[in-house]
Amino acid sequence: MADRGETLRLEDVKVLIIRAPGTNCDAETKDAVFDMGARADVVHLNRIIKGNISLEDYHGIILPGGFSFGDMVRSGVILGKLLRYNLKKEFDEFIAEGNPVLGICNGFQALIEADFLPGLDISLALGKNISARFEDRWCHIKRYRGGLFTRSVGELVKIPVANGEGRLILPEGKEEKIYEELEENRQIAFKYATGEGKPAMGSYPENPSGSYGDIAGLTNNAGNVMGMMPHPERAFYRYMYPDWTRDYGKPEGYGDGYYIFKDMLDYIVKKL
Amino acid sequence: MQANKIEIIDADSEKLLRISMEGQLALNLEEMQAIKKYFFELGRNPTDVELETFAQTWSEHCVHKTFRGLIKTPSGEVDNLLKSTVARVTHELSPEWCFSVFEDNAGIVDFEGDYAIAFKVETHNHPSSIEPFGGAATGVGGVIRDILGVWGEPIANTDVLCFGNLDINYSELPTGFKHPRFIFNYVVAGIGYYGNNMGIPTVNGAIIFDNSYITNPLVYCGTVGIVNKSKYRREAKVEDILILAGGKTGRDGIHGVTFASTELGDKAEEIFSVAVQIGDPIEEEKIKRALLEIKDKKLGNAITDLGGGGLSSAIGEMADTFNCGAMVYLEKVPLKYPNMKPWEIWVSESQERMLVIVPEKNKESVLEIFDSEEVEAMEIGRLTGDGLLKAFHEREKVAEISIEFLFHSIPRVVRSAEFKENVLKEPEFEMGNLGEDLKSILAMPNIASKESVIRTYDHEVRASTVIKPLQGENHDGPGDASVLKPLRNSWQGIVISNGINPEYGKISPYWMAASAIDEAIRNNIAVGGRRIALLDNFCWGNPEKPENLGSLVKAAQACYDIAKVYRTPFISGKDSLYNESSSGAVTPTLLISAMGIIPDIRRAVTMGFKGSGNYIYLAGDTGKELGGSHYYKLNDCLGISVPKVEPEKAIKTFKAVTEATDRGLVSSCHDLSEGGLGVALAEMCFAGGYGAKVELSGVDGELREDFILFSESNSRFLIEVSPSRAGEFEELFSDVFCSKIGKTLEKKEIVVFSRDKNILAEGLDCLKKAWQTGVRL
Repeated sequence: MADRGETLRLEDVKVLIIRAPGTNCDAETKDAVFDMGARADVVHLNRIIKGNISLEDYHGIILPGGFSFGDMVRSGVILGKLLRYNLKKEFDEFIAEGNPVLGICNGFQALIEADFLPGLDISLALGKNISARFEDRWCHIKRYRGGLFTRSVGELVKIPVANGEGRLILPEGKEEKIYEELEENRQIAFKYATGEGKPAMGSYPENPSGSYGDIAGLTNNAGNVMGMMPHPERAFYRYMYPDWTRDYGKPEGYGDGYYIFKDMLDYIVKKL
Repeated sequence: MQANKIEIIDADSEKLLRISMEGQLALNLEEMQAIKKYFFELGRNPTDVELETFAQTWSEHCVHKTFRGLIKTPSGEVDNLLKSTVARVTHELSPEWCFSVFEDNAGIVDFEGDYAIAFKVETHNHPSSIEPFGGAATGVGGVIRDILGVWGEPIANTDVLCFGNLDINYSELPTGFKHPRFIFNYVVAGIGYYGNNMGIPTVNGAIIFDNSYITNPLVYCGTVGIVNKSKYRREAKVEDILILAGGKTGRDGIHGVTFASTELGDKAEEIFSVAVQIGDPIEEEKIKRALLEIKDKKLGNAITDLGGGGLSSAIGEMADTFNCGAMVYLEKVPLKYPNMKPWEIWVSESQERMLVIVPEKNKESVLEIFDSEEVEAMEIGRLTGDGLLKAFHEREKVAEISIEFLFHSIPRVVRSAEFKENVLKEPEFEMGNLGEDLKSILAMPNIASKESVIRTYDHEVRASTVIKPLQGENHDGPGDASVLKPLRNSWQGIVISNGINPEYGKISPYWMAASAIDEAIRNNIAVGGRRIALLDNFCWGNPEKPENLGSLVKAAQACYDIAKVYRTPFISGKDSLYNESSSGAVTPTLLISAMGIIPDIRRAVTMGFKGSGNYIYLAGDTGKELGGSHYYKLNDCLGISVPKVEPEKAIKTFKAVTEATDRGLVSSCHDLSEGGLGVALAEMCFAGGYGAKVELSGVDGELREDFILFSESNSRFLIEVSPSRAGEFEELFSDVFCSKIGKTLEKKEIVVFSRDKNILAEGLDCLKKAWQTGVRL
């Protein structure tokens, strides 16, 4: 929804949360948007493909985590291709107008598989973790350079990952070149780090998947599409943290994940 | 495809038994004779569909005939073990917060306002023995459907697993059975696969190793769900439509229940491989979405899952529950492949299927909702007023049985029990190096960290697991219980814990059961839980053997004796009684699952030490109770001094801990279980990143130091209290044994004194390493 030039109140902001069979983080993602004071609709992909719901009626899109279509073949691939072949035009327009799109975990995988990320003329993939396992683990990510989603986020963010295929893979033989391009474009939003904020340097478990260049999150060139493997909705309040009982701030206080949603909504309200 | 007639009305006993055996019906002679008589009076032979219906409905798995039967014991008859022990606790306590117990697919208790919580724990042992990945995955899928089957929204899973020791040599494995390492890895993978894919966090569990589980691994799967009381509907009536929704029906899972009601032989894999189902969590996720919408719109009159016995059990039970008959058209059931025989369709246990009973007027809306989630749903019949269970297949009537006879004329099983006293004695040995002993005990597989397993389960999807299974500075401490915050606008939490200790069952099934109850409850209390409801899951050997049944009776009696005093009702339970093979039966194993509430999750307590210089208290009595302990096991003995429970005394300790928690006096709290004080102390240090210095003489002046350190006496807690709150804390414990045994240290070491003499000093790093490398996935 590109009503530029008008002032938008937060309570009028509408976020579209797209789900497919196997999406399973939509409820807590919706809660996060709700608790920020905006509105969110969780909508089945089929209703969008059938044209019952139009992207134009929304200010932002979130693709939440889960195992869309059972992650058959490869994580996010079926959802990604369905988006690409049914809704490419709609998505391209939505993105070109500067509206924010956030993909979390399986949503990130789908954005990569749809080639909405990184938005260059290259295809990346999120492959099996080096541990060859699904792992649920809290880790640290460092804000790097990316876009509109990281403006108020602290420099070092504590946040959980929960995936089996979170390792960003760049095309073989061209890794360094493409990495440089991503860096030059300021498309690397987050990198895995140690608890002290030093680069993880590929070490396990700090970089839990073995992702190339410790990359935990990427944006498109314009910075309004972001995908990330960690789950900000699971770090929204302090009481969601594994160690909040250790005098780690008030349990009802906001966690680091809150700021990613805040940045997205602030951008919608204040952009122009 | 026609139904075959089975000639039984003229059959003699020998032939009746042969029919049961050859058809894998698991019906005994008395049951076959009752069926023969029924059809003799009708003047016709039964069809295979009808005979299968009896086999399913009358199986141990479905009717729990041992628990409901007549048991002759040396000390008199027990008429219905279930009613006279486990269910009796609930009946006598009758708490007003119990919404539905021992009745529907899961036990349901009040939570807050219109919200109630449902909890169910099942076992899936035999399938997991044959095909561990599929068996475990469908175990999870099955118990989730039990929650869907009370119109609930599943919000958390639990799992407790028992395997043979991982280091056993292949040459020692009995023929036809798989190595525990293989079973362990694939069971864990199966559980993670189903729960993770469905987006239900796996928040609590335990893993036990013992060689009696080599041929009979145990896989307990539990699910907790949220129920809206005002939308819980169980009131179907004549003419209501039966809608079958979900996956297609195939030959997978045929004879699952009769399989579960027999011992496993070395050819089990060949004979029963068809009994293992194939799971598809995404299908179930879609069904869940549709069912929650149907619930919210109150379109259904009743619901149940298709589990053991497939359509035959689900439809029969629903018809019986609502005093109706039922008419079913088997050709309408969507099939995976053509040419399935009517009886196969009727008893198939293919996964991800639900039966929803809806009034005619809501039929279209319900079918539309399923369609919008891409779930296949079909009207397959309706409830009738004639009290008959009728099945048709392409216009041919393939079954017609009186519901009254099918459900209320089951020949009552009469079994004999004998109480065998184990001839055991207490060992005698010298005290060794306590530091080395502690390190060895920490590395024992039942005590060692299970982090590598827990990480493969998504334990925080839904973002409501506020006290997690892994806690502390580095998120690797073993929590006593998990806490969920299920509602956005409420601070009230659900506390989930369990208790299990089969080692004690080798000495006394009674005290094993008592200890399991105590452990489940104290785990719950340690984090701040109260108003606790219990679930029982018995896994035993063949109950037709009097000594197995004797130990079962003893364990069930303990459930009554202990839970009654603790005022903790049982709300649901299950038994799995044929965990036996040619190599023997499993050690009697009772899992007690506990579900409490905590009024404000912000008061919840974790088990890692929180600072240095804080006092460490030991609450509860320590006795020389090391029978079945890990310390004795380390010294290659079992002993006889099994830990007992004194519930009247323990309940005072529990109340004091809860009061201290509510007043915010408790910095950390951990229950003492396997490995006793030594292990609990070490775990609190590991999680907290602080050391500890303790003096044992205040615990018991008479007892040898190693016994104090490793006794497994029940009903005990280690509690960390800030010195500034110590006075108030000690006052609360004035009539309960609670001794200040030491304090926490900045330095990462454990130092133990006895009458000022240093008897143990070990660095945390080396202890923690032993504990973290004992078991690896």
